[in-house]
Amino acid sequence: MQKFNYLIIGNSAGAVGCIEGLRTVDKNGTIAVVSEESHHVYSRALIPYYLDGKVNKENMHYRPQDFYQRAGVTLFSGQRASEVHFDTKEVVMAGGERLGYEKLLLATGGKPIVPPIPGLDKSNVFTFLSMDDVLKIEKSLAGAKDAVVLGGGVIGLMAAEVLKKKGLNVHVLELAPRVLAPVIDETASDIVESSFKEVGVEIATNNTIQEIHGQETVDKIVLKDGTVLSCDLLVVGVGVSPRVDLVANTAIKIERGIVVDQKMQTSVPDVYACGDCASIYDFITGENRPLPLWPNAYSGGRVAAFNMAGKSRYYTWGTGMNSMHFFDTNIINAGMNVSEENDQNLEIITKVEKEKRIYRKFVINEQGHIKGFALIGEVARAGILLNLIRSKVDVRPFKQKLLEEDFGYAHMHEELRWQLLKDDVVLGVI
Amino acid sequence: MAKILVKPEVCIGCHLCEVWCAVAHSKSKNLIKAFMYEDPKPLPRVAVEEDLPLTFPLQCRHCDEPDCVSACISGALHKDPESGRVIHDKERCVGCYSCVLVCPYGNVFIDHENRKIVKCDLCAGLDMPYCVSNCPNEALIYVSDS
Repeated sequence: MQKFNYLIIGNSAGAVGCIEGLRTVDKNGTIAVVSEESHHVYSRALIPYYLDGKVNKENMHYRPQDFYQRAGVTLFSGQRASEVHFDTKEVVMAGGERLGYEKLLLATGGKPIVPPIPGLDKSNVFTFLSMDDVLKIEKSLAGAKDAVVLGGGVIGLMAAEVLKKKGLNVHVLELAPRVLAPVIDETASDIVESSFKEVGVEIATNNTIQEIHGQETVDKIVLKDGTVLSCDLLVVGVGVSPRVDLVANTAIKIERGIVVDQKMQTSVPDVYACGDCASIYDFITGENRPLPLWPNAYSGGRVAAFNMAGKSRYYTWGTGMNSMHFFDTNIINAGMNVSEENDQNLEIITKVEKEKRIYRKFVINEQGHIKGFALIGEVARAGILLNLIRSKVDVRPFKQKLLEEDFGYAHMHEELRWQLLKDDVVLGVI
Repeated sequence: MAKILVKPEVCIGCHLCEVWCAVAHSKSKNLIKAFMYEDPKPLPRVAVEEDLPLTFPLQCRHCDEPDCVSACISGALHKDPESGRVIHDKERCVGCYSCVLVCPYGNVFIDHENRKIVKCDLCAGLDMPYCVSNCPNEALIYVSDS
């Protein structure tokens, strides 16, 4: 049986973060990666860009072709882990082969949520998460006229935009009263919906699929409100749920995702988890939850690596955050998404210019700490705002300046500004 | 690891660092030609923050643990272990602006026209970054380990 110092199950952002983290602190330890897909490590987040023709197959790769070789990683490509035995520290592969480990990282990712609607198994229904999904969609575009996208979240809307650009008639179905409801507020949803409607994408909210008609393929869909849509292509983009089946029947603690502490360690010693399969610490709410976002996966994998190699490190700034764009409207948000009427004593300050698709919004708590923000149309330097959230500073002295497009360090009070910049930027006498 | 540090107290707010940064990243490397004839116009990778009378320039810190690299979805950003520079490959950049969301200094700049980002590369290949050598009051200091 082959035995490795570090074994990683999964081959996406979390795995790469872990490999790169391990190689900064341990040049010699043996590393193996078990990858269910046989593609070279690619970026799932680029799938819409690939379908749009903005990224070719080569550039789908998240790291260069010789990445594993240079990092000294043994890759088990196109192979699936089927069991983990924590007591003997072994992973059993679907083919029966066993791999031993000293430290294990579970980076199994997420699986697309497919609602229990009869007919979603037909051949022109696709999820929108993997390279294989997008290659199939690409093939079925020829001759397709009418596309239906189930889900008005980030994934669904990205799919809808690309399909529209490909010249299809696109209908988006969203069960909630508005698109992107978990991510942004009503005003922001309005702006996003208007940018879709302007180019002729139909958005049906408070609505979903009632019945699917067709033999081998879906050809007609009846909606909850009775509307009938013809359909040549149906994309299910409702979201992802943590993929935990590999460890579902073990002693490991699972609450929606595999629960990890700030060191990315699970409830089982020497076993770590990160990315879409994990339930990680959200520094804004102080609670654990799945945060299936690229930066959280990579950073989580990197932090796990340091701890796996015996160097203590914490991931303390994971939270809900997105950078998105729909039809050239840029949106960046982070942290809490609450409306004006909230019961948590949170103050909301906003600036809106709807016709220009400009929106700035900040959620501020009783101590004056920013707990969330959303920017539309003016997204430059958003990271400064995220830094203010992380630094837990009282922003009330310059609250109104946050709403200005050119807000930066110059607009804070002096003491705070130099405190935030002194370590890394400033030389001389302040 | 080389870094460009700033002395805010001697910055006079002339914005010449921005001008010369754009020249450094132009095709012609000539100020007049770059601004008059080049298309696309070269963009600066440094910005002077202003709240008069306060002014000071900021550019990429080439962090030890760069948040932008963690956030990048395309593999366009990486930290070069040799030089310590955080390097951006514009061919791979898709303009998702995840790096803009996380950079704590706001030092990743958006190139709207090409839907990509631009950032300081410490004037790769030059002994001294243009913003430093062209600052008339020596408000920018190039500190290198070597």
